[in-house]
Amino acid sequence: MTVVMEKPGKTESARPAAPVKEARRPSRFMMVAGIVVLWLVLFAVLRGKQTLALAAADLTDLHRWFNDVNDSIGANRNSNPLFLYFFNEIRLVIDTLVTFVQELISQPSGDRPLPQIGWLGVVGIAGYVSWAVGNWRVALLAVAGFTFLGLQGLWQESMDTLALTLTAVFVALLFAIPIGVWAGLSDRFNRIVTPFLDFMQTMPTFVYLAPLTLFFLIGGASATIATAIYAAPPTIRITAHAIRNVSRTTVEAADSLGATRRQSLLKVLLPMSKRTVVMGVNQTIMAALAMVTIAALINAPGLGVVVLQALQSLDVGTAFNAGLAIVVMAIVLDRVTTAAAAREENARRSNNRLLKWRRPLLGAGAAVTAVLVYLSHTFLWAADFPGDGTVGSHIASAADSATNWAQDSLSGVTNAIRDVITNGLLNPFQTLVTDSPWWLVGAVLVALSVVLGGWKSGVTTAVCLGLLVGTGLWSDAMTTLASTLVATVLVMALGIVFGVWMGRSMMVDRLIRPTLDAAQVMPPFVYLVPFLALFGPTRFTAIVAAIVYGAPVAMKIIADGIRAVPETTVEAATSAGCNTWQIITKVQLPMSRSALTLATNQGLIYVLSMVVVGGLVGAGALGYDVVAGFSRGELYGKGLAAGLAIVLLGVMFDRITQAAARRATA
Amino acid sequence: MARHWRAGAAGLAVLGLTLTACGGAKVGDSSSAGSESSGKCGTFNLAINPWVGYEADAAVVAYVAQHNLGCTVNKKNLKEEIAWQGFGSGEVDTVLENWGHPDLVKKYIDQQKTAVDAGPTGNEGLIGWYVPPWLAKAHPDILDHKNLNKYASKFKTSESGGKGQLLDGDPSYVTHDEALVKNLKLDFKVVYAGSETALIQAFRTAEKNKQWLIGYFYEPQWFLSEVPLKKVSLPPYKDGCDADAAKVACDYPVYKLNKIVSAKFAKSGSPAYNLVKNFNWTNDDQNEVAKYIAQDKMTDEAAAKKWVEANKDKVDAWLK
Repeated sequence: MTVVMEKPGKTESARPAAPVKEARRPSRFMMVAGIVVLWLVLFAVLRGKQTLALAAADLTDLHRWFNDVNDSIGANRNSNPLFLYFFNEIRLVIDTLVTFVQELISQPSGDRPLPQIGWLGVVGIAGYVSWAVGNWRVALLAVAGFTFLGLQGLWQESMDTLALTLTAVFVALLFAIPIGVWAGLSDRFNRIVTPFLDFMQTMPTFVYLAPLTLFFLIGGASATIATAIYAAPPTIRITAHAIRNVSRTTVEAADSLGATRRQSLLKVLLPMSKRTVVMGVNQTIMAALAMVTIAALINAPGLGVVVLQALQSLDVGTAFNAGLAIVVMAIVLDRVTTAAAAREENARRSNNRLLKWRRPLLGAGAAVTAVLVYLSHTFLWAADFPGDGTVGSHIASAADSATNWAQDSLSGVTNAIRDVITNGLLNPFQTLVTDSPWWLVGAVLVALSVVLGGWKSGVTTAVCLGLLVGTGLWSDAMTTLASTLVATVLVMALGIVFGVWMGRSMMVDRLIRPTLDAAQVMPPFVYLVPFLALFGPTRFTAIVAAIVYGAPVAMKIIADGIRAVPETTVEAATSAGCNTWQIITKVQLPMSRSALTLATNQGLIYVLSMVVVGGLVGAGALGYDVVAGFSRGELYGKGLAAGLAIVLLGVMFDRITQAAARRATA
Repeated sequence: MARHWRAGAAGLAVLGLTLTACGGAKVGDSSSAGSESSGKCGTFNLAINPWVGYEADAAVVAYVAQHNLGCTVNKKNLKEEIAWQGFGSGEVDTVLENWGHPDLVKKYIDQQKTAVDAGPTGNEGLIGWYVPPWLAKAHPDILDHKNLNKYASKFKTSESGGKGQLLDGDPSYVTHDEALVKNLKLDFKVVYAGSETALIQAFRTAEKNKQWLIGYFYEPQWFLSEVPLKKVSLPPYKDGCDADAAKVACDYPVYKLNKIVSAKFAKSGSPAYNLVKNFNWTNDDQNEVAKYIAQDKMTDEAAAKKWVEANKDKVDAWLK
């Protein structure tokens, strides 16, 4: 039970001041320890009873009911007016939109064997837009990045991905910004919408891919809608946050000047929160790109298809090449939107001499871009990316030999690590949660969340656990819970080591950060094969994949937290004769406690979002149920229930860690 | 100021126009040749299910449909369940390699009547338990299921809870391995690798590092030409011995793989339907094309071209 104890244990050593709190803190630690001891004792007595286990092929009534609903929708979709006049219309609009963008940049249109705008035009537009909304540095990056995609031999695939991403982001923003504004203005609406956002972000996309094709048929529309559903929440949350953070006095000033609600919204609130909203858009774009490989499962064209097909024949090199293209595109889009968010501020600060030339330069740039677009529309050399993608095949073969080397020379070490962690940590813990009676585990979790997060989070936990029992997948959920917590502990261990290192040295930060970005954007499907070779199809492979995805977030948050510790405090400690180790453990870590809890929260959520990927590499449990539900009709309801169980675990973890974080900072 | 940039823009436009004079080949110059014959066949929506053997079938059928019949082939990458769903909405015309799937047959052929059987592909699907070749060589008696318990402890892994591990793959596979283990009283636990990729990688590693591994696998499969896995014999299949899923204690039947087409497509009179109906080849044929794709890393199109050119007589028979 080291897992749950770890957090309070660490916050324990923190906090040199505040003697009043000090008196209460050990008691909380003692309570946690007491609960755990009691659990172990009861476990020894009651082991194996009332564990609510369900075999792989067995179903509950709930699962069958989901199946029936699914079947009846499929059977009635051509006669039901809801479909004829509602879903089909939506589908038509979105399909038209996707097809329009695709014919513009990626797919042959009409009699043309090539899209309307060829590579030269797209590169030109990318450079010009990046420069116009950002600065010349990101424009250069955009041009270089897009050219690189062509050199990789993946021009058309990249443009398909770009077209789909842009459409999905557009559709998502169309809804997300108004909803976000509303949620920012009304606390009540915000409370209503938050659970839905949680749901949209934690529900594994595998679960709703099949139903989406039922509603919106196979093809661009379904893929766009699936992506938009997953990608919209960040913009909604961040927009609401931005609106709420506009200073009260400014709004009041506008009101006192007689501005109507509409005026104060359009002239005050929106302009003042624009910068933050753009950051939300940035997050939405990143989330949309993360869906590229998954959407390929319902025939979304693009880089995802390359990754998936390469995976079928275990062709790591080709998959890596396509994954790299996704990373490059993500980095370009990320840097451009970040620069766009910062542009106005920078422009205001810089002197006006350049500003005077801005308009003519913009005009000239537009003209050049127009010429490039025209050339790429007309001439073959500017429309079809020249060259045969040799850079891509070099990258692929380099990735192949690196993987082979790693597989040949590391598998002894990796197997040893796997066995130590599986036997020493994962198996005992998993046995404890899956072999205890369900009510005992439930009681322990509720008690822990009351102790760590207060009564409110105790109630949330109880509700979540009750629903979890209702899904009929309690045992699988507990198996997943065990792996998730073990992965989170490892994420936090790495997060603290690297986060502190990065936080203390700007140079280390600059060296490591690009790798972290890449690890977050690289589709997990790409590194599954090497991990399978290193660790075999086991739960541990899934844990490693989750760490690759979850640790970067934790590292970044902790690094920022460490950097936020006031310089003067560190200097004071140094002059008092503390050595580096003491500064880290007695000053920097304790003072960035809120960053640590936030990192734990985010680490957990990210790890949880990899549960389904884990199901593909031998983690079993909920992840496997979800994948199985996607591939087999008779297991559809069970997969849906498993998806719900993942959401419930996510909500539970999130509320406990957030409440604990509030307590820690209070 | 405005005059300034207008002048600049005009200048650039002129520059652009002059550039176009020496531009080279124009888009669409040479595109008239292929479009002529495409009138009769129209579009042909072909589902691509995610395994290489299927990709090989699809590559060859698509190649012939495109080059001999002038069809516009729309390949759609879909899992089986979703592909069958597409029959009703007219978005999928054909699934080329179907492995049983009684649930889908019941739902889409018997109940919704949106799909029909278009006959065998000629491929025979063998499902069973396989071991890496080194193991079959070192312990030949392992190829009989009666001896499996003797070696159970050797197959233990961190996932199998003290028993021997029997590795299963993708959830869409047809399997009764859990029932088999129970009914044959084997000291094994079924562990789900979760994907075909995981399963193949596990066998590849096992052969390379001489590890003990037994798992679900199937033929025809390109991977068998890289590592020729050996099949373990189970009690022979008799008609109806798999009628009750919980009581199965016999080997898997030999699946006659077949083609499924949408009801609409079957009635459309499209030459592509005739091609699909007549399409028939052997496991060796499929393995050859699959090998071109998976191991020689040829594109689908190139692999199909190579095979079609070497097997003119077979292709001609399909086109009758």
